[in-house]
Amino acid sequence: METLLEMRNIVKRFGNLVANDHIDFEVRRGEIHGLLGENGAGKTTLMNILYGIYQPDEGEIIFEGKKVRFRSPKDAISAGIGMVHQHFMLVPRMNVFQNIVLGYRTPHDPLINQKWVEERVEALSEKYGIDVALYEVIMNLSVGEEQRVEILKALFRDIKLLILDEPTAVLTPQEVDSLFYALKSMTKSGLTIIFITHKLKEALKVTDRITVLRRGKKVGTVKTSETNERELTRMMVGRDIVLDISKPPREFGKEVLRVEDLWVRDERGNYAVKGVNFSIREGEILGIAGVSGNGQRELEEAIAGLRKVEKGRIILDGQDITNKGVMERESIAYIPEDRIGVGLAPSLSVLENLMLKDFKRYRKRFSLDFDEMEKRAMELIEEFSVKTPSIHSAAGTLSGGNIQRLILARELSRNPKLIIASQPTRGLDVAGIDFVRRRLIDAAMKGAAVLLISEDLDEVFQLSDKIAVMYEGEIRGVMDRKRANYEKVGYLMAGGLEVTV
Amino acid sequence: MIDIGFLASLLASSIRAGTPLLYATLGEIITERSGVLNLGLEGIMITGAFTGFAVSLATGNPWLGVLCGGLAGMLLALVHAFFSITLKANQSITGLMLVLLGLGITGFLGRNYIGEVAFYLDPVKIPILSDIPLIGQVLFNQDPLAYLALILAAILWFILFRTRYGLEIIAAGEKPEAADSMGVNVDKVRYISTLFGGLLVGIGGAYLSLAYAKLWTEGMTAGRGWICLALVIFSGWMPQRAILGAYLFGGLDVLSFKLQATGVGISYHLMKMVPYVVTIVVLLFSVIRKRAAFGAPAALGIPYVRGRKE
Repeated sequence: METLLEMRNIVKRFGNLVANDHIDFEVRRGEIHGLLGENGAGKTTLMNILYGIYQPDEGEIIFEGKKVRFRSPKDAISAGIGMVHQHFMLVPRMNVFQNIVLGYRTPHDPLINQKWVEERVEALSEKYGIDVALYEVIMNLSVGEEQRVEILKALFRDIKLLILDEPTAVLTPQEVDSLFYALKSMTKSGLTIIFITHKLKEALKVTDRITVLRRGKKVGTVKTSETNERELTRMMVGRDIVLDISKPPREFGKEVLRVEDLWVRDERGNYAVKGVNFSIREGEILGIAGVSGNGQRELEEAIAGLRKVEKGRIILDGQDITNKGVMERESIAYIPEDRIGVGLAPSLSVLENLMLKDFKRYRKRFSLDFDEMEKRAMELIEEFSVKTPSIHSAAGTLSGGNIQRLILARELSRNPKLIIASQPTRGLDVAGIDFVRRRLIDAAMKGAAVLLISEDLDEVFQLSDKIAVMYEGEIRGVMDRKRANYEKVGYLMAGGLEVTV
Repeated sequence: MIDIGFLASLLASSIRAGTPLLYATLGEIITERSGVLNLGLEGIMITGAFTGFAVSLATGNPWLGVLCGGLAGMLLALVHAFFSITLKANQSITGLMLVLLGLGITGFLGRNYIGEVAFYLDPVKIPILSDIPLIGQVLFNQDPLAYLALILAAILWFILFRTRYGLEIIAAGEKPEAADSMGVNVDKVRYISTLFGGLLVGIGGAYLSLAYAKLWTEGMTAGRGWICLALVIFSGWMPQRAILGAYLFGGLDVLSFKLQATGVGISYHLMKMVPYVVTIVVLLFSVIRKRAAFGAPAALGIPYVRGRKE
């Protein structure tokens, strides 16, 4: 097969961070080429360069045998490249038709030739089996439907190469299947596809060749038929990761947190937490399983002091802290579900975010001891491997995994007595998940009580000493890890009645 | 009792009073649709009013005055566009600066023009139609710019909702990254929309001095620029709805005069408050009526930077 695209020696820097470090990338006509790597490996950056969103600092792009330079997506589109971004680029208040035709010159331009567009879309829908309701407003579509619009939008422009950035992240298993089917049928009619993903199974299932990136560098390109999950994992993370974390047996100390008959309301004023009781001891991890929206968020916020308690008591280390301020909660570490909104101040720097709770310790006359603070921040970044261009970069610009590491660095470095961790690994890559889980266990080993709230059953079973299930604001059965199993917990999560344990 | 003659003259002058509001509202609708918030209407209008008056007085050609009033508005809009699009500065501040600039500079330059009489725009009777009782006098005995405003509203509606340009403007104001990723030059679209908006606001100002008041006084816009900002919200960013809003507020303005003349025993000052009070009520109403279809462009007032992480 002939080469359609060649990216040579691509370098892209953001501050001191090298997002793409001399990457060579080659795609052949008619193939589905997987671009595999963990979060922050540089996959999206590389494709944004190809699509003209970023300009490379070094390197060149050869497309269809010609050296090209895309100054904007407009150039890329006219060369025949389309991209479906991970966060969809659709105008929510416009309908499907308007989104498809946006920026496109139909016959009789600047008028929009409705009939011409309709016929063209219909032909494309039929050819690739992608159905869309042409006059439905985007806001009313499901994520799967939005993705179909995105793909159609690209196909409408007569492209030769289609880039899909993590297209399956938001889809149901059924939708993934029909997407893969559509992709196969596109390659049959001559289209070339670049498929960005961090999921091994999908890369193995749908691609012809796979290129793996790690920390901004290319690790290698392999033929999908000649590789396997194990080899790809090693290429992605640089070592074999076994997500099997040993948890040494230990004695639990005295009670750290006790929650008695807790009642908390949600935003609409309805009770979201209804008479919850539990307690956690030193060194103990209590995992609360359950489908999101059953009162977990209200519960964690009430304990963290972000939400008013209507009734009941929260006792921390023998002190009643119900509806008390943050000073009484200094020994709590809080790793919230909403990392960007609650966990940090995105527009403040990494340094400031790390010091948010500790700046009092660095008082120096009328100011703060910035040298000391910077020194401490550098240590924390090192210890928790937070990847950031500098400690002065805005925290909100970090990748998801690094934001979580930043929050862990701030919260866990303060030797907390109680750790509230809510969905701590959601959306993280393998290495990130491994890191977060090990850190939580480490903290428990050092004597912290951990309240783990997670939808991920594997996580709850892996980490917890005791497991509880939350359903419609109530705790259904607190059981010892040893006596719990997936069936029992799954039954309770689905609203099954309490089983005696 | 209110007779037909009173009603006809009330409605006819409502249209005259509403026309400058209509121009400025249409202009701001286009500007805001592209995602640029220009709070400087009051300053741009007064600059248009003064420039128009001065040029008409100097050349004897009121049409040239209207044109120059529009161009002056465009010039101020260019300042706003440069700050808010190229420099990505805070759009509210730049807009407010234009208000102070416009009011200040016209107050200073306009001192010698107070009391002068410039050549102004005369009404043009449309034959036959203008002979229809009531309607004829209200609708078909206006000056050309008043007719043009209506036609313009229709044209702008067409451009916004039926052409590629319109889609590009709306997309730039709703989700600029989506427009950019489809090859639309967001900055260019925003520049053109802001300049065109300034042109219309300036023309609205020139109409005020050359067709409505037919004289120049300092600060003669008297808050009309602010009212137009409210009218943009009232119209739900739709040109066709702006017509109703502008004439309604024109009517409220006129009513206070007319009622005064008929000797209604309400304080003049209270009557003059009516348009502003209604503005507040309208704004309250729009906030309560939070229907997405009528909402502000999602990216209104937010500078666009390509490839910025959320």
